[in-house]
Amino acid sequence: MTTVNLLAYRDPELFARLLRRIIPALEEQVQKLGRRVRIMEVCGTHTVSFSRTGVRQVLADFVELISGPGCPVCVTDQSDIDHMIAYAKRPGTVVATFGDMMQVPGSAASLRRQRAEGADVRVVYSPSQAVDLALENPQKQVVLLGVGFETTAPGVALSLKRAARDGVRNYFVYSVHKLTPPALKALVEDPDHRLDGFLLPGHVSAIIGRRGWTLLELLNQPAVIGGFEPLDLVVSVYRLVQEMKRPVRLVVNNYGRVVREDGNPAAQRLLEETFEAAPARWRGFGMLPQSGLEISETYRAFDARVALPVDRPVTKAVRGCRCGEVVKGKETPLQCRLFGTACTPERPLGPCMVSDEGTCSIYYQYERSHHRDRREEPHEDYALARGWRQPDA
Amino acid sequence: MCLAVPAKVLEVDPTRLRARVDYLGSQTVVGIALVGGVQTGQFVLVHVGEAVQVMDEEQARDGLALWREWLDDSEPAGLP
Repeated sequence: MTTVNLLAYRDPELFARLLRRIIPALEEQVQKLGRRVRIMEVCGTHTVSFSRTGVRQVLADFVELISGPGCPVCVTDQSDIDHMIAYAKRPGTVVATFGDMMQVPGSAASLRRQRAEGADVRVVYSPSQAVDLALENPQKQVVLLGVGFETTAPGVALSLKRAARDGVRNYFVYSVHKLTPPALKALVEDPDHRLDGFLLPGHVSAIIGRRGWTLLELLNQPAVIGGFEPLDLVVSVYRLVQEMKRPVRLVVNNYGRVVREDGNPAAQRLLEETFEAAPARWRGFGMLPQSGLEISETYRAFDARVALPVDRPVTKAVRGCRCGEVVKGKETPLQCRLFGTACTPERPLGPCMVSDEGTCSIYYQYERSHHRDRREEPHEDYALARGWRQPDA
Repeated sequence: MCLAVPAKVLEVDPTRLRARVDYLGSQTVVGIALVGGVQTGQFVLVHVGEAVQVMDEEQARDGLALWREWLDDSEPAGLP
């Protein structure tokens, strides 16, 4: 199916047909609102997909896509970043991390810089590799930086279970895992945020299921769970616009090949066993109730916060960095004065420019030139010029 | 945020809860503790070295068929 169906969800002919059928519905909504439809794509992978496939450009006359809090490194509070980097300085410690943390600037240094100065920092591809590291280095303490949303936390939970089962006493996790729905609730309740609907993260939903988004139904928010291929993107946008027209909105699952009503119950049970929901501090949002995962009582011996206290530097904000507003979708990277000048992927000043799923990094890679083009191009002729819309008779 | 790739299960090791999978021609070993009962030949979605969900092939086909049908019903004859 990989080859067959993934390519099928990229079929250009079907894409063009769908688009021709869908655009009138988008136009109708634009006329009704008197402005473009404002859709937040919550997931960083969606932000990448919209840019890389060109679907963002194709829909640009009708849909304003607003990148949401869907990059785990980006939403991690600066004090947590500093705390994690401080482990690299701790004697006898191996820091195990996913790759995108390496270059994130802390108040004093980054993990990459610490490693250059001799700290033992290893990039791992899976949490179980971090347990392997602990077994290979019995005289050292291995700290896994647990950064990620509902999709990532089960893998970390499995590593905790394995460490407990095998009696690995030198393995620890610093958990800054976050839960997505509470952040969306905060955005819905923010009075100056005019969002017309949410494109929900497909792979978070693979774990929590359609049912995991009940909160949005209670708030009567139009929301669609979508996949990442061009056909997924354009159909999800259409279904979202259809949902906006209804008085009572249900969360639509447009990613049925991966997302079930109940998600992955085995993963959910595992999370309940190893973690407990707790208040967490998010970059840009501040403290959000029940939005983080702390290691549960049973696994407390593996909690780096408890077992391995460490001194961290005084946290300083980067002057001028708008990452906190960007993760909330209140500003785009193009509005930041540092973007592309003082702050680039080679020399990032904030996490949004570091991670492959950070909005600034994605906009740097894909959107800078389009933005210039768009300002010069007559607005309404865009779809016409590309043959997506027929000229009026 | 949660980049995940679909991979085909080639071989299941039920005791160690691991499987050898193929992702677009490259083979790797992933954990299958989160997808109990997964079988050879099925496709799984892999994230941080763990299969997090079994992909539903029937749904994947139906999804596309549904949209094609919708287009066939709604497009005036003669258009491509």
